[in-house]
Amino acid sequence: MIFLNREDFPMLSQDIVYFDNGATTLKPRCVVDSMIKYYTAHTSNIHRGDYDAAILTNELYDDTRSVIKDFIHCDSPKEVVFTSGTTASINMVVFGYVKNHLKKGDEVLLTKAEHASNVLPWIKLSEEIGIKVKYMDLDSNYHLTLENVSRSITDKTKVISIAHVTNVVGDVRDIEAIGRICRQKEILFCVDGAQSVPHMNVDFKKCNIDFLSFSGHKMLGPTGIGVLVGRYPLLEDMEPIFYGGGMNQSFESDGSYELKKAPFKLEAGTPAIAEVIGLREAIKYLQNIGMDNIQNYERKLKQYMVSELEKIENIIIYNKNTDSGILAFNIDGIFAQESSIYLNHYHIYVRAGNHCTKMLKDDMKVKNTVRVSLYFYNTKEDVDKLISILKNSKDIFKVVI
Amino acid sequence: MDNNLKREIILDNYQDPMNKGLIGDSGYLRANASSENCIDNLDFMMKLNKNVIEDIRFDGEACAISTSATSIMIRSLIRKTITEAKDILFEYQNMINEQDYDSKKLGELCVYDDICKQPNRKNCALLPARAIIEILEEFEKKQQN
Repeated sequence: MIFLNREDFPMLSQDIVYFDNGATTLKPRCVVDSMIKYYTAHTSNIHRGDYDAAILTNELYDDTRSVIKDFIHCDSPKEVVFTSGTTASINMVVFGYVKNHLKKGDEVLLTKAEHASNVLPWIKLSEEIGIKVKYMDLDSNYHLTLENVSRSITDKTKVISIAHVTNVVGDVRDIEAIGRICRQKEILFCVDGAQSVPHMNVDFKKCNIDFLSFSGHKMLGPTGIGVLVGRYPLLEDMEPIFYGGGMNQSFESDGSYELKKAPFKLEAGTPAIAEVIGLREAIKYLQNIGMDNIQNYERKLKQYMVSELEKIENIIIYNKNTDSGILAFNIDGIFAQESSIYLNHYHIYVRAGNHCTKMLKDDMKVKNTVRVSLYFYNTKEDVDKLISILKNSKDIFKVVI
Repeated sequence: MDNNLKREIILDNYQDPMNKGLIGDSGYLRANASSENCIDNLDFMMKLNKNVIEDIRFDGEACAISTSATSIMIRSLIRKTITEAKDILFEYQNMINEQDYDSKKLGELCVYDDICKQPNRKNCALLPARAIIEILEEFEKKQQN
């Protein structure tokens, strides 16, 4: 069993089962406290003050890059850029780097299981500069195999951009092997880590990742803060999307200017300081539990959930064989939203919908599903409650109407 | 109305809705209605002759409330004039939004009179009204031009 102090999570003092961790996670008190402390005891901007509060804020802010470096196994804190979230990180890669390095006809490989934020920026870029966006085939379980990756690569392939863990199917892609292929063929490898970094050990260097994006709020941290980790030479070669304070070395009335080095040139304006401090605390909390422990625990809990769900006749499971804590299902003949409203009646929080992967419906032949996404604070008792409520779902309309 | 009867009417209209399925007829005006807060997503098409609604059809993915409300609304609005239809829709919106309303004008649509107890369902109940009003207003604008 995992070391877990449920009392650390104020939301769990309510009589709820929180199964919507793929959307966002609960926050431990220490994360919230660190932000309250910043707002009530050492409010100050960064990199500008010589007074005690500012020095403390600076220390925490700068140290967060080092914490992330150790967490994600990149070379240097300088490879860590603070953004507003995964969406912003991917947009920075697409419009700040790839736009200046690809030309008409070059190919970018994605899959149809990607989140909107790893599809739409690429489609927009194809409109702007004429790159070709192609989708690698998924197998019958909607997984991405190495054979399909290799088969999709042509002389024109310049970028592969995929989620490490997809947010509906929840399959864990072999990014180490895919990264190796990319390095051999000199393909830029971009990884959307929004659903993996919170749940497992991700090794930026070992996987030969060029750009890794993830969000704070899906890993116990606050909303509004995300990270882009990029290989330093690539970050240096990246154009900022925003210009302003904090990112320039100098600017003159004759129009000349000099930018700071990465990552600072990519962080114009006052950043989300409280959120960075909160994220630092969240990562330390996760490290204390251990990412391998979290992954193993969630895997076992999901296996238990699948084995129990399979005993219920009218439940259709779409992804029982995947290795993450994400499970998509429907009650046979019931619209996903009715199911989620039904579960909410018993204070079980799940998500119904297409989960921002609107293209996957082509392959899965189902538009909407109920998604349970686990985190380490979920328990066997949570799963048992879900199972017992679903067993009685014959009366669903008496509850929801 | 008794709650069991309400549920029965809603379920009948959900499981066997009126005029579900779109047709390829250019004489119809069209609108889509989807919600920011849930996954309902319905397409509507309506045929008007002078100022009378001749037909309304719909298709898409939506919950029991949206789907049944669409079905009951279609039954209530066909063969009504635009003025009559708008009057019904206005009273209906008032009912869902917990304002004063005239229940005599609403007929079967009254099955949603306590949907406000489930605030997340209000949008579902209002969704078809939104699309139908959009089409009616588009038609009126075209008439004026």
